[in-house]
Amino acid sequence: MAHLQGAAVKQITEIVNRYKGEGTPLMMILSDIQKEYGYIPLEVQELVSLLTGIPVSEIYGVVTFYSFFSLTPKGKYVVGVCLGTACYVKGSQLVLDKFEELLGIKPGETTPDGLFTLDALRCVGACAIAPAVSINGKVHPMVQVSHVEKIISDIRRKEEEVSGYGQN
Amino acid sequence: MVKIKSSEELIQKHEAEHKCLDQKFHCEPGKKAIVVCGGTGCLSSDSREILERFHHLIKEHHLEDKVTANIVGCFGFCSQGPFVKVFPEDTLYTKVKVEDCEEIIEKDIMDGKVVERLLFVDPLTHHKVAQQHEIPFYKLQKRDIALKGNAEINPEDINEALGQGAFLALNKALHMDPQEVIDEVLKSGLRGRGGAGFPTGRKWQFAHDVKCDEKYVVCNGDEGDPGAFMDRSIIEGNPINVIEGMMIEGYAIGAQNGYFYIRAEYPVAVARLKNAIKQCEEMGLLGDHILGTDFSFHCHIRLGAGAFVCGEETALLNSIEGKRGMPRPRPPFPAVKGLWDKPSVINNVETLANVPYILLHGSEAYASIGTEKSKGTKVFALGGKVNNVGLVEVPMGITLRQLIFDIGGGIPNGKKFKAIQTGGPSGGCLTEKDLDTPIDYDNLIAAGSMMGSGGAIVMDEDNCMVDVAKFYMTFICDESCGKCSPCRIGTKRCLELLTKITDGKGTMEDLDELKSLANVIKSNSLCGLGQTAPNPILSTMNAFYDEYVAHIKEKRCPAHVCKNLMQYKIIEDRCVGCGMCARNCPASAIAKTDIVPVGKSEAMPLRVHRINPDNCVKCGLCIANCRFGAIIKD
Amino acid sequence: MSLVNIKIDGKDFQVESGLTILEAARKCGFVIPSLCAFNNGKCSRASCRVCLVEVKGARGLVASCVYPVAEGMEISISSSKAVEARRASVELILSNHHKNCLQCEKNGHCELLEVSKMVGARDHMYEGEQTPATIDELAPGLIRDTSKCILCGRCIERCKEAQGISILGFENRGFQTIVSPVGNRSFATSPCIQCGQCVNVCPTGALMEHSEITKVDEAFKAGKKVIVQTAPAVRAAIAEEFGEKIGTPGTGKMVAALHRLGFYRVFDTNFAADLTIMEEAHELLERIKKGGVLPQITSCSPGWINYMEYYCPELISNISTCKSPHMMMGAIIKSYFAKHHDIDPKDIFVVSIMPCTAKKYERQRKQMPNDVDAVLTTRELAKMIKRSGINWAKLPEEEFDPDLLGDYSGAGVIFGVTGGVMEAALRTAYFWLTGKEYGKINFEAVRGQAAIKEASVDIEGTVVKVAVASGMKNAKVLLDQIKEGKSPYAFIEIMGCPGGCINGGGQPYVKPLFLVNEDDNILETYREKRASVLYKEDERQVIRQSHNNKDIQKLYKDFLGEPGSELAEELLHTSYSSDREKYPESK
Repeated sequence: MAHLQGAAVKQITEIVNRYKGEGTPLMMILSDIQKEYGYIPLEVQELVSLLTGIPVSEIYGVVTFYSFFSLTPKGKYVVGVCLGTACYVKGSQLVLDKFEELLGIKPGETTPDGLFTLDALRCVGACAIAPAVSINGKVHPMVQVSHVEKIISDIRRKEEEVSGYGQN
Repeated sequence: MVKIKSSEELIQKHEAEHKCLDQKFHCEPGKKAIVVCGGTGCLSSDSREILERFHHLIKEHHLEDKVTANIVGCFGFCSQGPFVKVFPEDTLYTKVKVEDCEEIIEKDIMDGKVVERLLFVDPLTHHKVAQQHEIPFYKLQKRDIALKGNAEINPEDINEALGQGAFLALNKALHMDPQEVIDEVLKSGLRGRGGAGFPTGRKWQFAHDVKCDEKYVVCNGDEGDPGAFMDRSIIEGNPINVIEGMMIEGYAIGAQNGYFYIRAEYPVAVARLKNAIKQCEEMGLLGDHILGTDFSFHCHIRLGAGAFVCGEETALLNSIEGKRGMPRPRPPFPAVKGLWDKPSVINNVETLANVPYILLHGSEAYASIGTEKSKGTKVFALGGKVNNVGLVEVPMGITLRQLIFDIGGGIPNGKKFKAIQTGGPSGGCLTEKDLDTPIDYDNLIAAGSMMGSGGAIVMDEDNCMVDVAKFYMTFICDESCGKCSPCRIGTKRCLELLTKITDGKGTMEDLDELKSLANVIKSNSLCGLGQTAPNPILSTMNAFYDEYVAHIKEKRCPAHVCKNLMQYKIIEDRCVGCGMCARNCPASAIAKTDIVPVGKSEAMPLRVHRINPDNCVKCGLCIANCRFGAIIKD
Repeated sequence: MSLVNIKIDGKDFQVESGLTILEAARKCGFVIPSLCAFNNGKCSRASCRVCLVEVKGARGLVASCVYPVAEGMEISISSSKAVEARRASVELILSNHHKNCLQCEKNGHCELLEVSKMVGARDHMYEGEQTPATIDELAPGLIRDTSKCILCGRCIERCKEAQGISILGFENRGFQTIVSPVGNRSFATSPCIQCGQCVNVCPTGALMEHSEITKVDEAFKAGKKVIVQTAPAVRAAIAEEFGEKIGTPGTGKMVAALHRLGFYRVFDTNFAADLTIMEEAHELLERIKKGGVLPQITSCSPGWINYMEYYCPELISNISTCKSPHMMMGAIIKSYFAKHHDIDPKDIFVVSIMPCTAKKYERQRKQMPNDVDAVLTTRELAKMIKRSGINWAKLPEEEFDPDLLGDYSGAGVIFGVTGGVMEAALRTAYFWLTGKEYGKINFEAVRGQAAIKEASVDIEGTVVKVAVASGMKNAKVLLDQIKEGKSPYAFIEIMGCPGGCINGGGQPYVKPLFLVNEDDNILETYREKRASVLYKEDERQVIRQSHNNKDIQKLYKDFLGEPGSELAEELLHTSYSSDREKYPESK
């Protein structure tokens, strides 16, 4: 098991200490860690267990129960396709299928290059602009199957420009 | 901020702020006020940037004395957003873009002329409508109880809320005995807006009657029904109204602490609620000895983390307690043993938003709205295949027809109405025959659905009802907490049967098994989620039995939705041979034939295309790319 | 407790208020099937939905395991609605269960199978996909097979309540939910102490001991001299496996059965318990005399040793270095006994019959790899007896083999119950300090099933404070005192399982569903009943102190020399790890 860096130990301790006065702060602690690091691996859970006295198995049970918490790092771009009813009846499943096909991953998975994580979302409340696709929290309205390829290639191109490599 | 320490100070403050607000709505001659919609839908279409642009332009044109601009809560008519409204004329601009701001400033604010091109166009009459209340979407609505203040006041500024009368209801309650407050709520006939419609006053009474020093009120904002966003808009638009409702409840049952449990998916709502609580605390409206009385109350926020089941009240309590959101057996009921084993009442956001109105205007005024057994208004999130998508507040008792066709503007693209799903995954679908049923709790249950929290998804002839049942079952299967076996295993089995049927492999025996399984899950499950999970199956089987049979006996999906039961076809007469479909086909399933398209010369390279069904993956890209409507699903 | 009047299926009954319908029904002569609740007990989950009944006026069916009775309540267990609902719940559970009942080791003790029979579950109802399964066979003590798990949560609760370590928990949600150590790891790569308490409550074959019967079979086939020893607690419970009431002593018949199974010698681990006392009391007196680390803590319970290594390695110097009795026995058999009979120790195969699953781990510890070759639980021994065609009811009573290691004292017998090691040690320490026997023999203060027991023993003016705890959750209280430097004790006895070895993870299942002839409160009383078997055997012994065991005296005289001698150190003492990783990279 990888061991945590001193800085991470300090920061997680700080997060736990934020909620010292609260009766049952586990959800808040985990939310903050998820926000800060993007995922909550076992060694972090062990540390939280040590600091709070909550058994690791209970923490792990909570992490794997709620879909917001992740055990593995998410990709740089988290693509969430809304499968809420309003989006679904307007064809968002097809949009999701297309993302799966083009990225070669299933919902919940991350591409091997760490660039994309695909999620199937439960109603983001953007029913009026269905089908909605959220990319790193920004909601893209009325996404059609035919838009998917461009969305992906735009991000890829942007990344290639930034990193300075890619096809010449 | 100056603290408000007594009733008198509250009333003074209200009067002062009321004047300010009044000036905003009915500006002094020569002055104007711009408000921009700040609901999540409009925010994702850049309404924050629009507001900033206005601020910039006001400065640039030195209009600071002439016009103000600020954000307000949700306008509700989300399909037409972002909205910009100009007072005092009450001009409503729709679908505004950042680049439109300049024209609004120059034409409307500086020149006093309406920017015609940004007005709402009535799809039926094609007339432009300048004022909000003239738009049919708003005509039948009553947006002043649960959605009070939405699209009017700045949800981030407590002063505007105070100007609109915030805390006057609490002030009134604090001069009453807690039992009188409960009696008032009982008399109003208010029923829980979260789904089941249990009388709110009775819930309060249970908790009130339990002797305990520590009690809790919990506000359920874990709005998880796919296609529903009532609670989000209520909190985003007027968080203080909900806080006040919660405080009145706290006073009535004898609680000093209130917990808001909000979906983490709602960052705007959470931020506004946090801000509102902070402002209330700074003014002494939350904390100890509120308005100089012995009543003390504190509000706390807890975030959900993506589990639909936490909308179930005991699962929600477990989640607040830092546990897996698995429902608890009842008894003991939360009113006796709830949060941290203390007596607790859990109320939905919309329920609490109704409470200040009841106290302020009296139970009689409230009870005069609605039907005999369902009082007040109900907020619906109208979505799906309907022209006017958005959030509506209507008096109980209006008909589904009014909701879908008058407010909703009917079905787009001239398609035929098929069904409306209310109550989300716990509800059922209502059809043509139910359209003239007045909406209330009991009527909807009698019609085979339920009120639910307010999701209302319209479906047209292109929706396959077996597929819809499968959609909800997939949802429930993913969201079942896994605690009790009927829900954990039963919903999985239902989904397997539905998949079999939509794959064209179902038998009539499967249909019987599906029904018996549905009834087992209903009777045997631990919590409300499981007990209502089979409703979409039962109600679609009831209303659209023929569709199920078509899938099984004819291996046909009448709505052409189920992929394994339909094919894509190119109509030869319509194909112009452009080849767009073939170029976009990811599976190389489309190829040229030798046939020359109708009206084309043989000399041209254009040839009619054909889809090879063996290779087709039914992704729909060809239809999306064909500009001649030559491709159909069969 | 006040009484309420209820009606069950039309009959009037008077029951205590506060009972659940399930409990009340059992008292009134009804058995409502249940899975997540023990069927005479209370439940906090109500999750299996098997115990549904109809209650007049209630909305829908109610789970009888959580629903309290009330005055005037009318309950229907036999209505067709209730009968069909219970059957449907069971059928759904069966549809996600690996049904290889004929081969399943739990057959005969499987509550799911029994309940299926009770409700009349039909064949192949609701068949479909099953939750992806994990079979964990890496740990020496325990096996986990999620394809058999019904997610009742009993094991999770037991691990938390008994040991306070919560190794097991629910993971994922919905149809993907499993019960598992974190991350679906093996018990072997989790800080599990392998006590087996979870196995004892599992209603199905999802949790079981890691059987070593095959290993024993192979030793017989290979022509080894297979020597068996049985722990004191085994005799207190083995008769239960053959339908006798809890609390029936089984010593004589067990020995007779072992003789019939063909073991080369049948020894009693009690002999080694006496030996342990000699070494451990000696060690204690040395520590007291020389100002060593105190309190000294017993080391007989391998579950406890695992706990110490994982959770409080800083207390390592407090732990007695004595091996546990059966390991001492193994070491002595392969040295003293082998030498005496001129047998090559390599030809000896030592089998320990233990009430314990952690002993299976213990025998494989790197610090003592060769003392014992196989460990069978009480339940496994019963299986061997049954498959060999032995009729328990007609077995005679026989004696252990009196060959060098045959003698044992009453002090050795009570090792199997919480407080017993302490009492045995006190008897000998008293003698050594004063030169005379403790008159009353029994130290009542350390007896009984209390969570923590403490006593001050006045040994002719020297007051020795001692404490006893069983179950790690209870023990933690004493351990925390030591860590904080506030422990007033000189000697502490810790046993891993609540109540001691009589309630070990390898003992016969106590499942009310199968125990229709036992009292309704059997779950509260079975430990006392088993303990009384040992205390009675102690009373019957002529020799009741370890130091008076003749064969022990001979062992020291002829072979070991003094307690704590160099040879004794080599054969009878061990060391512990202070760096055991809780979650090593999985193998």
